[in-house]
Amino acid sequence: MTPPAQAPAITASHLTIRFGQFTAVDDVSFEIGKGEIFGFLGPNGSGKTTIIKALCGLLTPSSGTGTILGMDIIKDAAEIKQHVGYMSQKFGLYEDLTVQENLDFYAGVYGLKGPQAAQRKNDVVDLTAIRTYLNRRVAQLSGGWKQRLALGCAIIHSPQVLFLDEPTGGIDPVARRTLWDLFFHLSGQGVTFFVTTHYMDEAERCGRVGYIYLSKLIAIGTVEELQHLPAANPPDTVRLQIDIPDASQNLAHVRTLPGIQEATIFGRSIHALAQHGQLEAIRDALPQAHITVIEPSLEDVFVTLTLGIMEKSK
Amino acid sequence: MSQPFRGLIPICRKEYLHIIRDPGTLFFALLIPMLQLFLFGFAIDTNIRQIPTVVFDESQTQASRDLLQRFAASDVFKLSVTARSVDEMYNAVRSGKASVAIRIPYDYDRHLQDGTTAEVQVLVDGSDSSVAGQAVNTATGVALTQSLARVLPDGNMPIDIRPSLLYNPAMRSANFFVPGLIAILLQVMIILLIALSLVRERERGTLEQLTMTPVAPLGLMVGKMIPYGVLGFLELCAILAVMRIVFQVPVHGSALLLLLMSLPYILTLLGIGLVISTKAKTQAEAFQLSMGTVLPSVFLSGYIFLIQNMPLFFQGVSRIIPATYFIRILRGIILRGSTFGELWPNAAILTLMGCAAILLAAHLFVRQRA
Repeated sequence: MTPPAQAPAITASHLTIRFGQFTAVDDVSFEIGKGEIFGFLGPNGSGKTTIIKALCGLLTPSSGTGTILGMDIIKDAAEIKQHVGYMSQKFGLYEDLTVQENLDFYAGVYGLKGPQAAQRKNDVVDLTAIRTYLNRRVAQLSGGWKQRLALGCAIIHSPQVLFLDEPTGGIDPVARRTLWDLFFHLSGQGVTFFVTTHYMDEAERCGRVGYIYLSKLIAIGTVEELQHLPAANPPDTVRLQIDIPDASQNLAHVRTLPGIQEATIFGRSIHALAQHGQLEAIRDALPQAHITVIEPSLEDVFVTLTLGIMEKSK
Repeated sequence: MSQPFRGLIPICRKEYLHIIRDPGTLFFALLIPMLQLFLFGFAIDTNIRQIPTVVFDESQTQASRDLLQRFAASDVFKLSVTARSVDEMYNAVRSGKASVAIRIPYDYDRHLQDGTTAEVQVLVDGSDSSVAGQAVNTATGVALTQSLARVLPDGNMPIDIRPSLLYNPAMRSANFFVPGLIAILLQVMIILLIALSLVRERERGTLEQLTMTPVAPLGLMVGKMIPYGVLGFLELCAILAVMRIVFQVPVHGSALLLLLMSLPYILTLLGIGLVISTKAKTQAEAFQLSMGTVLPSVFLSGYIFLIQNMPLFFQGVSRIIPATYFIRILRGIILRGSTFGELWPNAAILTLMGCAAILLAAHLFVRQRA
């Protein structure tokens, strides 16, 4: 949990991107420190990928500015590409080529030559432990190995900043864990990560998290900071874990109780946001339940924030 | 940008791997045009021979049989049906059994003896204009020589026209059509292959990855053009060999000049393929767009129809079709032995078209990725 102490690796300042009438990114500002793993969350279409494209110099912002490693995202777009890596859930690999040929290709694309290229390829192969598959066609690899190779290709040119757009979509938990271990390893070497994800457990691994909704960045901070955000914890409310037999059958009933603002199933219990004053009434209404006051989970925070905005826009 | 062709060599190498890894594409690229060449090369024959003909000979004399013999000897008519009545004769034409009907009246021989005009009726099915034209010409010719033979029994004609056909003395259709066909086949193959190659990258998401790398748009495009250009060039060589060996079409000019002048045409086709690839979102769409370029090239390039006979508007259209210029080059060198001095304007126009198409494609590509 390192707050941005040194010069930031990535900054965005009042970044706004419009496509015709539609504002895809609306006045977004943030700073991400060197070596930080920054998680970026939000529903599909909320502007996550657009921000990545703008930061990588593929899109010119309608207004606002940004920097990567001190370079301006508009003026130095060409130079920035040499210093950032990008990996998406589509892998960006050539399935009919072998692992080795994919690495060769990306090394060539980034202009690596001779012994330097050989060294980097060797390092990446070691890091991702993919050596046994070097001569195998990518089409024959499992999702997890493809993802590792995609990461290998994305870091072949030793970028100091990595943009990962839903990097773990559709792979199994073990492969996900392995990939995150690689992220932490690289982050320890000073590589800055900008990761979009839909997985809450991944978000909770990030040093800091941003949440974008309807093109606006509505929350940013460490997981703890977000858990204690006033907007996520409305005044005079309390978050409850209701352990009750047959939780799913009782959910509808719980939602009708006085003072319950939201309620959802969480494992075998119900998580609810309730008015503080109604706590006793709720306990009385559910005599068979075991009720404890808890901290909101990250998911609770995002749901509350999103509902709050939907409430306001009505 | 300081390095407009950045990434060219790795892209080139990768594309080469794609080509050799994908036997389907290679098959499509090399064998299908060859099959088409055989198919069209053998099928297209505009020389009209052996038109099925119905005969209704009411006269049944030595003179009438003599006349029919002349018709048969022309090789244009094949006296395949004999009718015994006028109705039978008409029926044969209507049912399609015969395209021409010859009716020799019962008084044919008498008129010849009397020195009065003997009428012979020749009915021609006009639904196929080239067949009809040939039938009318030949029938008139037969009548004319027969008449002259009667008037001048010693056989000395006052005027003897001796036509001499330059460049294609045997009037073989293959000599005329196969060179044009080369331009069309090359067009289908090259445009489709390169368009599919880029659209495939878009579909699979590797294009998105490439835009995040320092690869320059021209590096990407030219890097793709080189392997597919080489493939197209090899195919051209193969087609030319088949034309020479199988279809026995002689090359009157310099084969080297022909190969050199094919380069600007290949360049243009690659450029058009790239433009299509920026417009098409799926491979199916790219396929349709590529095929859409074929019909105008077949009909308006002079491959089948003479450009001079087209309405002015279509003559204008033919001028923006690359195949028009390459067909001129092909026919010029292969059939007439034309030289660089005579053909260079065609090559120059193709070069300009090619560069324009590539720059347009690069422009569309940059605008689109945003």
